[in-house]
Amino acid sequence: MTYKERPDGRKFDESRKIEAKVGVIDNADGSASFKIGNTLAYAAVYGPRNLHPRFLQDPSKGILRCNYNMMPFSGSGDRIRPGGSRRSKEISLVTQKALLPVLNLDNYPNSVVDVFIEFPQTEAGSRCAGICAASMALADAGLEMKDLVSAVSVGRVDDQIVVDLDYAEEAYEDGPVADIPIAMMPSYDKITLLQMDGLIQKKDLQKALEMGKKSLKEIHEVQKKALKEKYQGEVK
Amino acid sequence: MGKINVKDKDVVIPGEILAEGMDNFPGSGTYREGDNIAASIVGLVSIDGRTIKLIPLSGRYIPKKFDTIICKVIDVNMSGWRVDTNSPYSAMLSLKEATSKFIERGADLRQIYDIGDSVVCKVTNVTSQMLVDVSMKGPGLMKLSGGRILGVENNKVPRIIGKQGSMVSMIKDATGCNIVVGQNGLVWINGSPEGEMKAISAIHKIEQESHMSGLTDNIKQFLGSKIENKDGEKN
Repeated sequence: MTYKERPDGRKFDESRKIEAKVGVIDNADGSASFKIGNTLAYAAVYGPRNLHPRFLQDPSKGILRCNYNMMPFSGSGDRIRPGGSRRSKEISLVTQKALLPVLNLDNYPNSVVDVFIEFPQTEAGSRCAGICAASMALADAGLEMKDLVSAVSVGRVDDQIVVDLDYAEEAYEDGPVADIPIAMMPSYDKITLLQMDGLIQKKDLQKALEMGKKSLKEIHEVQKKALKEKYQGEVK
Repeated sequence: MGKINVKDKDVVIPGEILAEGMDNFPGSGTYREGDNIAASIVGLVSIDGRTIKLIPLSGRYIPKKFDTIICKVIDVNMSGWRVDTNSPYSAMLSLKEATSKFIERGADLRQIYDIGDSVVCKVTNVTSQMLVDVSMKGPGLMKLSGGRILGVENNKVPRIIGKQGSMVSMIKDATGCNIVVGQNGLVWINGSPEGEMKAISAIHKIEQESHMSGLTDNIKQFLGSKIENKDGEKN
């Protein structure tokens, strides 16, 4: 046992502080913000709307386009060059693939739903925060969904399995680290995104996933509460 | 025996289990998952006998047959006009359906409806591929000139219209404005500048309080007080 305590004093199965809000961008058809620790994501959904150029249209169903973008000074390191990068393009793609299984766009042929995810500030776990925000924004846009999507990263730092790694843990140098972002449909216990950076034993991975599931249920509750809060106010 | 987990007028979100067992039927906005009925949109629960359905609280307008909508002309073709319907899909207004007036062969169609003009029309057909046809033959279907167009949430349109048009006629009477409410969330208001402003604030109030009880009385009071204030200022 060499990794005894987390830098910010959390328990090993404890996520950072979570805040979520729905309806933060008036011009969008649906929007949400999701904050986990120092990582803050804003998601805006536009659509379904007309899709151009026409060769991208799918006559059998609507398509989903995701766009992940970190703002220039959102990280703790150097300025991030604005515009797309290889990294942001990949994360946009996995975000889209994580959200598609819950989304039903069969009723919107030839149209597109655009999701823009912006990060004013990041400190590890940004793709997970982005997916959480995006799924709330899609629900806010009134789209047909099977379930919400919740996401969190799990992994190991040295010999310890942990939930929701922060930057200090991702960059831990005195032992091996594995960072595993997972996204799930919480009502069905089905995984929609599973990536890994680093090395981990099979039994540790299973343990990490179990811990992640527990954490995801908590995140799901926060998402649910944020969505209901917006609409409950309108109903009462 | 089936169990219903929600009450009428509850707000539910996608994935929430609404009812267990096969005794109830899934209505719009819900789906069956195994033996359960779950929500597929954010909505208000409405239990109608054994059917559980959801009233959507958000989302864009999607054209539906027989809807009366306010459209904007975006293109003029050989055989008619293409109009924007404030939805993902534009609609076709064909020459034959556009007007009862005689149009000479080879006439410049822009003399009749120009690009940028707004028209009230009725959706006559929607295909599975969302090709939309609209018509302007019918009572109340016309070209709009003057006034202003206000965008509202299309889910709140029934509230703005009210039962048998009671709400909109109340606003018309109180403000002296001409009002046309399109199902696609566009509202045309034409009247005196003060009347238009009053009508706009009343419609915004309906939008905000759309699901509260006693809406009609609140709006009546709101319109009443506004009129009195205006009179007070004038006198």
